[in-house]
Amino acid sequence: MSLCSFGVEPLSCHAWNKDRTQIALSPNNNIVNIFEKKGKEWVKIHELTEHTERITGIDWAPESNRIVTCASDRNAYVWSLKDEVWKPTLVLVRINRAATCVKWSPLENKFALGSGARLISVCYFEEENDWWLSKHIKKPLRSTILSLDWHPNNILLAAGSADFSCRVFSAYIKDIEDKPGPTAWGTKMPFGELMLEHKDSDGCGWVHSVSFSASGDQLAWVAHSSISVADAAKGKEVTHLTTDYLPLLSVLFVGPTEIVAAGHDCCPFQYTYKGPGALEFVKKLDMPKQSSKTTTSAMQHFRNLDKKATEEDSTKLDTLHQNSITQLCIVSGDKAKVEKYSSVGLDGAMVIWEFKQWGRDVELPALDSGTDCGEFEDDSFLSVQGKLGSF
Amino acid sequence: MSKNTVTARFRRVDVDEYDENKFVDEEDGGENQLGPDEGEVDSLIRQGNLMEALHAVLKNPPINTKNQNIKDRAEGLVLKVLSAFKSSDIEKGVQSLDRNGVDLLMKYIYKGFERPSENSSAVLLQWHEKALAAGGVGSIVRVLTARKTV
Repeated sequence: MSLCSFGVEPLSCHAWNKDRTQIALSPNNNIVNIFEKKGKEWVKIHELTEHTERITGIDWAPESNRIVTCASDRNAYVWSLKDEVWKPTLVLVRINRAATCVKWSPLENKFALGSGARLISVCYFEEENDWWLSKHIKKPLRSTILSLDWHPNNILLAAGSADFSCRVFSAYIKDIEDKPGPTAWGTKMPFGELMLEHKDSDGCGWVHSVSFSASGDQLAWVAHSSISVADAAKGKEVTHLTTDYLPLLSVLFVGPTEIVAAGHDCCPFQYTYKGPGALEFVKKLDMPKQSSKTTTSAMQHFRNLDKKATEEDSTKLDTLHQNSITQLCIVSGDKAKVEKYSSVGLDGAMVIWEFKQWGRDVELPALDSGTDCGEFEDDSFLSVQGKLGSF
Repeated sequence: MSKNTVTARFRRVDVDEYDENKFVDEEDGGENQLGPDEGEVDSLIRQGNLMEALHAVLKNPPINTKNQNIKDRAEGLVLKVLSAFKSSDIEKGVQSLDRNGVDLLMKYIYKGFERPSENSSAVLLQWHEKALAAGGVGSIVRVLTARKTV
């Protein structure tokens, strides 16, 4: 796994290009920065500045090489690369509140945008007038949409919302695609049809993130204090697991039965789903570093005891991320078999994790203090820990 | 020049109330919930059977009811049981509860923090420490996010 620090500002969102040599991310402001990997360093090659408010979502379509961004200024832009410059095209989303998340569909002919206006805007390109149009899904959404994920059939869309429910809608657009065949979620799928709605009755909070499995038959979502999976192949039965940890903010299917979720605990967790009623926690995927305590003088020791009532002088967390993880994204492999995935967090760092499908334990060397990337090899073991300077 | 409107009462109208798409909590039938049985719990305390008293007082939580009296009575009863425990027995008491029991206990503990009486906070803090060890931070998150609480 490797960690890259992109400054001290939190990273709101990130997206990779097709061959994973470039990454688009936003440091909690209205600008999207595109970095390219040159050797071991990430070098900024483009800056996309069209939005006027904080950017809340970025998605990069791998095949057509288009980027869609959405922000709190109620706008979304589709960017295309022409002559080495990214040119924006405004999308008419017709929302009167901030946009919160955006996702390209698997075939990249449309994208879905969630917003605080309690509606989902499904946008597609109309050739005749050369612009992006949108269709709204309004009922029965009652609050802000927090996350979206597309089903592999390009029609169904899962939405997690702040009204404590997770839903699956049909986003079938007659003008640009053929009628879909029946799936495990249902047969009739006109636009806006609700295929699944699940509200947590005992108050598990907002649904922060949703993820379809590779086949599309399972849907996983995380809420404030639980993780759940709905299984369309088994009669849309929902399995629920309450967690003992701080709220999870992002979830990703990494295999047919393996799920990775991460959140305010700054560390990715692995869960496994084998069938209805069989959702279990497997392990934490970030093993704490072995830190060798540098010898402190007696004076330091008593000074710490006096000032801070503690013998430790370090405020660093054990995990790689020093603050909450906000978004997980697949880097290599596909949902059926993810090999690497990335996480960004409020500490301004992006970490690429390797997912071992067979759970081999790995010894980690310590992170040395530096703002560039550190690569960790599986078998080496560096035992000296440098301390980051105090902020 | 423009003239100021005479009355500013329109500024106090809560516009969100009139929104048709507003989120409303489900109204579950909570009329039948009366809270834990006072007589049973009292007799168990007097007998000294504190484990049973703990289980009894955590039965029938008045979660869905809108009657504030029932909720207050339940909270008072729970506080009585929690104070009756010896400090060394608290951990065993918590271990005997299942997942939902620990969550419910956390809810009562935080409810008790809201209105502290003479010695209640000290007792509640001891219980809080043990319940946290058993339920993890997740149980506190559930206290904060639950729509219907004791």
